[in-house]
Amino acid sequence: MDLSRLTRRSDHEWVIEPQGRMRVPGVIYASEALVADMDHKVYEQVANVAMLPGIEGASYAMPDAHWGYGFPIGGVAAFDPDRGGVISAGGVGFDISCGVRTLCTGLALRDIETRRVDVANALARAVPAGVGSEGQISLDDAEMDAMLSGGARWAVERGYGTVADLERIEEHGCMAGAEPAEVSPRARRRQRDEMGTLGSGNHYLEVQHVAAVFDPAIGEAFQLHEGDLVVTIHCGSRGLGHQIGTEFLRRMAIEAAAHGIELPDRELACAPIRSELGRAYLGAMRAGINCALANRQIITALVRDVFATLFPGSTLPLLYDVSHNTCKVETHVVDGEDKRLFVHRKGATRAFGPGHPDLPAVWTEVGQPVLIGGTMGTASYVLAGTGGKGERAFGSSCHGAGRSMSRHEALKRFRGRQIADDLAGRGIIIRSPSSRGIAEEAPAAYKDVTRVVDAADAAGLSRKVARLEPVVCIKG
Amino acid sequence: MESRWEHFEHGADIGVRGTGPTLAVAFEQAALALTAVVTDPALVRPETSVSIACDAPSDDILFVDWLNALVYEMSTRRMLFAQFHVAIDAHRRLRATAWGERVDPRRHEPAVEVKGATQTALRVTQDAGAWTAECVVDV
Repeated sequence: MDLSRLTRRSDHEWVIEPQGRMRVPGVIYASEALVADMDHKVYEQVANVAMLPGIEGASYAMPDAHWGYGFPIGGVAAFDPDRGGVISAGGVGFDISCGVRTLCTGLALRDIETRRVDVANALARAVPAGVGSEGQISLDDAEMDAMLSGGARWAVERGYGTVADLERIEEHGCMAGAEPAEVSPRARRRQRDEMGTLGSGNHYLEVQHVAAVFDPAIGEAFQLHEGDLVVTIHCGSRGLGHQIGTEFLRRMAIEAAAHGIELPDRELACAPIRSELGRAYLGAMRAGINCALANRQIITALVRDVFATLFPGSTLPLLYDVSHNTCKVETHVVDGEDKRLFVHRKGATRAFGPGHPDLPAVWTEVGQPVLIGGTMGTASYVLAGTGGKGERAFGSSCHGAGRSMSRHEALKRFRGRQIADDLAGRGIIIRSPSSRGIAEEAPAAYKDVTRVVDAADAAGLSRKVARLEPVVCIKG
Repeated sequence: MESRWEHFEHGADIGVRGTGPTLAVAFEQAALALTAVVTDPALVRPETSVSIACDAPSDDILFVDWLNALVYEMSTRRMLFAQFHVAIDAHRRLRATAWGERVDPRRHEPAVEVKGATQTALRVTQDAGAWTAECVVDV
């Protein structure tokens, strides 16, 4: 990105001044090096989002921002329904409520030193992953409705996990306002056999060890200590979310003109929040959030079964579950006034700080855990929400490393078998049904997650707490 | 003219492009590019046929609808497709048959599932007798 087109407000805050049809500025939170490495398309997309009706504050980009669909991935934007604000299917993305959850294990790295392969094999057998995989649960129409309304709460009621888990999930495990009736038969059909499946691409299930704790006080509150073993799950709403995104993007693109919305980019397809289409999408999207929460809850139960067999007595309490593709109604201060806004986070994580009223009691003193996924060969991070007065980007932070290389290029440069062997030599056991999939997800195809996380910390988006390094990785 | 398919780069995802002497052939070629996102189309046996129908108000929306109809069939039938026959009438009604087989993870080594075809870099054009249809797919 051409830095000369930005105004530097501080070391880690860069502004695209309003121009043309931009209603608000664009703000990019990142180090100079990260901004310089960003594609110019990020600049265009941040500016385009700033043109949408009813946008408040600014159009934001996180340190891991990259070229997305309409919205940049790593984009945050909030809209006021009282000012003609919109809701955008592109601003949420195809994988509605894709997210990350981390489970503590009560075990230490030394406890699995000689059993890594056993753990990897057992997890690969227990959790369906990859193209064409099917879950063990098939939902009929009534159960589908119950799942779409209930989210993780539905899963717990069906025996997947415990009530205690719900407190450790955004929205307490159940997104209110879901309208299963707005989820089409085709979306339901795509999900029928996919509950409890991991998916493919950048989704994963990892056993990780806590390699470093940067903030011991918050680390203690999160129950993360050096040498601890944790399990992290990254996946979303599977076929149901993809189909909802597909259908509403089409409708919003076609109907935009009828709503008097001039789209700077067709993929920014959106509808007024206060329109029939906006209401329908909101109801379907919230059902998609519940699907993702239920999916991660079922996978959690499968992982716990594996650990209970291999390590009798282990319980794997949930640290937290965050979603990074969502639109949620939140109260934020804009120009000194409390406003109820529709906050889109596309590849961005909510990062509420201490005292935020939407947080469960357990996090009110330290802020919420912010879970940042890395690659199977590098690291992931746990951060803590900051927020409070002077919160940035409506209380948001980054979500991952972001790719630095196309899948094509990765496939040309790497061999999956070689990567798996190299990682095994470092003590990281990879299991995947696809050697090609491993090559496309090569650690070297991603940006350095540490640079991204350091920028998020330095920008005040969230505070660095712990670094997690992989021990076992199940890829789709 | 030569009919062909190819991929083009888009950050984290992949663009699919089909070129041919007619709109229908360009769509068929783009469908091969879609399969190639997941696996080598040469590895897919055309054992089972699936009928697909869609219609749209414009060529480019029809193209996205066609790819998304294939994504739906791939997802719900757990299939991959290797051969396509597409017919499009003057009212932009598409009728097609796709031939393929159920995913075999060992033989196909499927890299990634396609979540959906997007309207990013969406373009359907005719130039000097050649039709090109392209867009980015989310994986």
